[in-house]
Amino acid sequence: MTIPVEITINGKACAGEVEPRQLLVHFIRENAGLTGTKVGCDTSQCGTCTVQLDGVSAKACTVLTVQASGSSVTTIEGLSDGVDLHPLQEAFWNNHGLQCGFCTPGMIMAANELLSRNPSPSREEIRHGLEGNICRCTGYQNIVSAVEDAAKSMGGR
Amino acid sequence: MFPAQITYRRAGSVAEAVQLLSDNEGAKLLAGGHSLLPLMKLRLAAPATLVDIGRIEALKGVSASDGGITIGALTTHAEIAGSDLVQQHASVLAEAAALVGDPAVRNRGTIGGSVSHADPASDQPTVLTALGATFNVTGPGGDRSIAAADFATGLLENALEENEVLTSISVPSVPSGAGAAYVKFSHPASRYAVVGAAAILTVSGGTCSSASVVVGGVEATPARASSVEAALAGSDLSDSALDAAAAAVAGDLNGDPMSDVFASAEYRRAMASVYVRRALGAAASRAG
Amino acid sequence: MTTRIFGSGIRRREDPRLITGRASYTDDIKLPGMLHAAILRSPYAHANITSIDASGAASQPGVVAVYTGADTDGVLNGMPCAWLIPGSDLKTPAHPAIAKDKVRYVGDAVAVVVAETRYQAEDALEHIAVDYEPLGVVVSPKAAAQDGAPQLHEDVPNNIAFTWAVAGGDADAAFADAAVTVSDTITLQRLIANPMEPRSALAQWNAPMGELTLWNTSQNPHIARFLTCVVTGVPEHKIRVIAPEVGGGFGSKIPYYPDEAITSFCAMKLGVPVKWTETRSENYQITTQGRDHIEEVEMAATSDGVITGLRTTVYAGMGGYLSTASPGIPTILHGLMYSGPYNIPNISGTIYGVFNNGCPVDAYRGAGRPEATNLLERLVDLVAAAVGQDPAEVRRKNLIPKFENGHDVATGITYDSGDYEAALDSALSAAGYESLRAEQAQARADGRCVGVGVSSYVEICGLGPSQVAGAVGFQGGLWESAIVRFHPTGKVHVMIGSSPHGQGEETTFAQIIASEVGVDVDDVDVIHGDTDNTPMGWGTYGSRTTAVSGAAVAVAVRKIKDKSRALAAHLLEAAPEDIEYEDGRFFVRGSPDQHKTIQDIALMANVAWNMPEGMEPGLEASAFYDPPNFTYPFGAHVAVVEVDPETGRIDLQRYVAVDDCGPQINPMIVEGQVHGGIVQGVGPALWEGAVYDDDGQLVTGSMLDYALPRADLLPELEVHSNTTPSPHHPLGVKGIGEAGTIASTPTVYNAVMDALRPLGVTRVDMPLTPEKVWRAINDARNGG
Repeated sequence: MTIPVEITINGKACAGEVEPRQLLVHFIRENAGLTGTKVGCDTSQCGTCTVQLDGVSAKACTVLTVQASGSSVTTIEGLSDGVDLHPLQEAFWNNHGLQCGFCTPGMIMAANELLSRNPSPSREEIRHGLEGNICRCTGYQNIVSAVEDAAKSMGGR
Repeated sequence: MFPAQITYRRAGSVAEAVQLLSDNEGAKLLAGGHSLLPLMKLRLAAPATLVDIGRIEALKGVSASDGGITIGALTTHAEIAGSDLVQQHASVLAEAAALVGDPAVRNRGTIGGSVSHADPASDQPTVLTALGATFNVTGPGGDRSIAAADFATGLLENALEENEVLTSISVPSVPSGAGAAYVKFSHPASRYAVVGAAAILTVSGGTCSSASVVVGGVEATPARASSVEAALAGSDLSDSALDAAAAAVAGDLNGDPMSDVFASAEYRRAMASVYVRRALGAAASRAG
Repeated sequence: MTTRIFGSGIRRREDPRLITGRASYTDDIKLPGMLHAAILRSPYAHANITSIDASGAASQPGVVAVYTGADTDGVLNGMPCAWLIPGSDLKTPAHPAIAKDKVRYVGDAVAVVVAETRYQAEDALEHIAVDYEPLGVVVSPKAAAQDGAPQLHEDVPNNIAFTWAVAGGDADAAFADAAVTVSDTITLQRLIANPMEPRSALAQWNAPMGELTLWNTSQNPHIARFLTCVVTGVPEHKIRVIAPEVGGGFGSKIPYYPDEAITSFCAMKLGVPVKWTETRSENYQITTQGRDHIEEVEMAATSDGVITGLRTTVYAGMGGYLSTASPGIPTILHGLMYSGPYNIPNISGTIYGVFNNGCPVDAYRGAGRPEATNLLERLVDLVAAAVGQDPAEVRRKNLIPKFENGHDVATGITYDSGDYEAALDSALSAAGYESLRAEQAQARADGRCVGVGVSSYVEICGLGPSQVAGAVGFQGGLWESAIVRFHPTGKVHVMIGSSPHGQGEETTFAQIIASEVGVDVDDVDVIHGDTDNTPMGWGTYGSRTTAVSGAAVAVAVRKIKDKSRALAAHLLEAAPEDIEYEDGRFFVRGSPDQHKTIQDIALMANVAWNMPEGMEPGLEASAFYDPPNFTYPFGAHVAVVEVDPETGRIDLQRYVAVDDCGPQINPMIVEGQVHGGIVQGVGPALWEGAVYDDDGQLVTGSMLDYALPRADLLPELEVHSNTTPSPHHPLGVKGIGEAGTIASTPTVYNAVMDALRPLGVTRVDMPLTPEKVWRAINDARNGG
C-alpha cells in the first residue's frame, strides 16, 4: 500500500507515492535524489541526516515521509546554490571544520538552527547546540570555530 | 533502519483518533515519533497501524488555566523549554525540557509522546510527578484524568486504555517562594537520564513547609522519595538537613532497580542519593 | 608567493563539494536497474548451522534472489588474511564469505537477499529459517587461550592463531637485578572505529566483457582490487575498484570484507548492479574492531627511576576469523615499539593472537602503537610513584637523547630522528606544568581530586620499506606511486595510488607541486581512488599517505623540474647548468628577464614544436617511491582532569599537545588531524568500549550504548608543534594521522590516576566510566 505525499524540498514541490513506513531521509535521498543528507546511524543519535523541517532542525531518519507530507524541508543543497556559499559553509571551509565531510551537511544544518535561535553563541553554547551531531574526524574544535566565525559574519556580533 | 510494513492513518481530531484506535486492534498513536520510530527502525516495535495525531492543532501549545498551566500533548520539548508561561508557573519543567536528548529531538519530540512511552529514563515524567501534574485523557466513553504519579504503570507501560488519547497535561503552579530544580546525570551516549532528580521545596518562615521529591532512571517508574520529603518537612534546609534528607532516599527505592552495562542497580541507587542532594541544594537556593 | 605555499595553512581544495552536499559517497550512487542486498546475520556467537531454509524468502514481494553459503561453493574463494607474520606458527583457518556449517560471531553472514528495494530485502530476511545448534562461547582473549575453552576452529588448538615474540638485551636478568619493579594487568578494550559513513559496496558486472566494477568504501582500492581478484577469480585487469568519496575509515575500511565479496557475487549471478550498505547496528557487529588486548606487563627500574627492563605477555583477541591485516597489528606494529621514546635496554614480549567469539579485530587508528604507548606510559607512571619522583622527571631521565640520523633500540628497529626531551619541555611549558602542580596541591588541600597526566610517545609510521614488509610477512608492498601530468595550458593532474578519505591530500599534494615548480595550487587537481585511472598504490593508513605517497609526488615533480630546466635551457639557448629556477620561472643565471615560466615549458613540451635533440614530448613524470625506513613522529601531551569523588564522573579540563611530525605542508590540516586524533584517544580512556556479554552478544550494540565523544564533553584542545625533519624523506615529513590517538589515551588515564592516587586508587580498567571510578574510590576507602 502506498500513499501520495507532497513535500516542498528546497522550495520545490516533490510528489511521490510512498510506503507509509518510509523514513523521510529515504524520501529525500531516493525519491528527491538529494544525497547530501546522509544516514550515519539507525538510532537517531548521529545527526548526519539533520534537515530543517518546517523551519526547525529535525533528524530526517526519525520522521516518516507521510508525517512530513505537506511540510517544507530544507536540506544542505537548499542552503545555497553551491557556488555562492552560505556563511556557515564558507566558515566550515575557512576553519577546516570538516575532514571526511560525511557529518558536515547535518552539522551545518544543526548549526544553522543554532544560530537562528542564538545569533551570538559562546563556544560553550555552540558545543551544547551541537550535542546531537557526531563527528569522528575533527574533534569538534574547528567546527566550533567555524560556527563562531559564521555567527560573526552573519552579524551576530 | 527499515521499519516493517504499517498502515498509516492521519487523524484530524481527537475523536477521530479515538475512533481509529478503536477500529484497528494494536494500533499505536504517532505524535512526534521520537519514542516509537527508533524502536520501529530496529524492528523492536512493529505496530500494524499508526494513527498520526501530529497535525491536531488542538493538542498543541501551552495555556494558562485555573491554578496553573495546561500543556497540550503535542507540545514539543523545545516549545516547553522556551515557553514564558512554563517559565512563570513551573520553570523546573522548562529546565528539564532543555535537557531532553538534543536540539533536533527537542524540536520534534512531544511531552505527550515522551510520557506515554513511559521510559523511566525520560526527564519529563519525573518532573511532572514531582509537580503533581494531571494527565487529561479522552476515550470512547469521554474524558478522564490520571494523576502523573499513576500514569506510568511499569517499564514502558502506561495507564491508558488501548483506545484512549492523552490530550493534555495540567500542571499546577509552583507556589511563589518555592524553589524547584531538576538535575540530571545524562548517559553520555543516549542522553537519557541515568538518574534524574526533581525537587520542589516550599519555604515559609525559614523552614520547609512542604517538599516534593521524585527520582527517575532508577526504578521502572518515577519514584517518589517520601522519606526524603518527610525528612525535609519542617527542616531549616541547612546543608546538614539536606544531607540527611538526601541520604534517606535509599529507603524509598525498594522496587526493582534498573541496571545496565553503564550503571548497575547499586550505582544508580547511590547516585539517586547524590543527585537528590544536588537537586535539593539547587531548589533550596532558589526558594524564598 | 608560490615558494611559500609549502607550510601554508590554506583552506582545503576538496571542501566545496563536501560543504554543499554535492560529494558522492558509495551509498549515494544509483545505477539503472540497481537492486539492493540485505545480509542475514547470525544471532549466535558460536553455533553449528544445522539447516537453512531460504525458500520462504524467495517468494516475498520484490525479492529477486536468495543465496546461502552453498550457492557460493566453487564460485567464491575464502576470505584471505594478508599479513602472514613469520616465525609465529600462524594458523589461517578457512573464512568463508557466507558461513555454511558454523558461525563464530554475532553478525557472521549466513544468507543474502537481493530485492528491488532495501525495505523489501530486509522484510524477506525474516522469512529465512535457520536452525542453529549453539556452542560454548568465549569472549576474553586470555580465557580463549586456556585449556578447555570452547574451540572456534578445529585446527587451531587453544584458539591460538599465532605466538610471536620480541626480545632485546636480557630482560630476565634486568628484572632479577632491579631495585624497583612495577606491574599491571591492562585491558585495552575493544573499540569500534565508527567512521561516520557506514561501509557500502556497489557491484556491477559486465558479463559480455567479463568486467567487474566495485564501488567500495575502501581506504585502499588497489588492495581491494587485488583481493577481489583472489576471492572472485575475476582477473585483476578486469576488475575496477572505485573508492569514491569515503567518509572516514580509521583502519576499519582497510580490510576486504565478506560483504564486498557477497555483493560482487550477487551482481555476477544476476547480471545487474547490486548495492549493499550496512546499517550502523550492522557496522557495530561486523566492521572490524580495534585493540582487544589483555596485557600482563612489568617494568624494572633502578631506585632512581632509570628504566632497565620491560616484560610483557599479551593476549590479543582476533575475533572469530583473521581479518586482512590482523596478525601484524599486535606484533610488528606493537611489539617492535616497546622501547617507546625511552632507553630500555632489556625487552621481552610474548604476544598470543587468539580467536574469540567476537567481531574480527584489525587495524584501528594507531593500530598496535596505542597499545604499546599505553602500557609504557602507565608503567612509567607506576615507576615514578614507586620511586617517589615526578612522572615528568622520570620520563626526562629515560628519554633517548636527541638524534638526527638514526637510533637503534632494543627491539631491533632504527628510529629516524628525534628530540623527545624538547617535545616534553615544550609540552610542560605550554601546560604551565609547575603551576599546575601548585594548583593541584591547593586543590587537594581543598579536598578536590585534581590530576595531571603526562605522556611521551614515539610512533612508527610512513609504512614502509617494501623489503621490510616482505620480511615481516605483509603480503604486499608498501611503496607508493604518483604520476604528475602537465597539460598544455600549464594545469596539472596528479594521479596517486593512495586513497585519502578526509586527510586533505588533494590540498597538501597540490601544495607540494606548487612549491616545487611554482604553479598555483588551484591549477593542480589530485586524482585518487579509482584503480582504472590511478597508478598502483597500497593505500591510506598507518599515517603513510603524506610520508610515502607525498614523497612519490615530490620525486615525480622533481623529474618534471629537471626536464623543464633542460627544455628551458634549449629554448633560452643556454646550457642547462646555467639555468636557475625561482618562483615558477626558469632563467639564465644573471638574466632573470630571460626566462620561461613553467606554463611556457608545459605548452612547448605538449606541442613539441621545438624540443632538444632526443627529448620526448610531453611534460609528465611518474615515480615509485619505496621508503628507505619508516618515519617516527613523536611528542608529549599533558592533560588535567578533575574527578567528582561522589559520582566518579571525570571532567577533562585541559589538554595540551606537542607533536613533532617534521615539516608541515599545511599546518591547519596537521592541527585538524591532531584534534581528531586526540579526541579518538580520549574516547577509550573515558567512554568508549565494545562490551560483549558471556553469550557473545554485543551489549553496546548501537550509538545509544557505545559512547562516542561529543562536542559538549570536551575542552578546548591546546595544540603545539616542534619540527624535527626525517633525515631520509625527500621533504622531511613524517605523518600525523595517528599521533593524537596514540598519545591521548594514556595521558588522560594517567591524569585520572594522578587525581585518585591520594585516595589510594592506583588502577581502574578503561574506559574510566563513572561507576568504575566510583567503585575504585569506595573500594580503596574500604581498605580494598
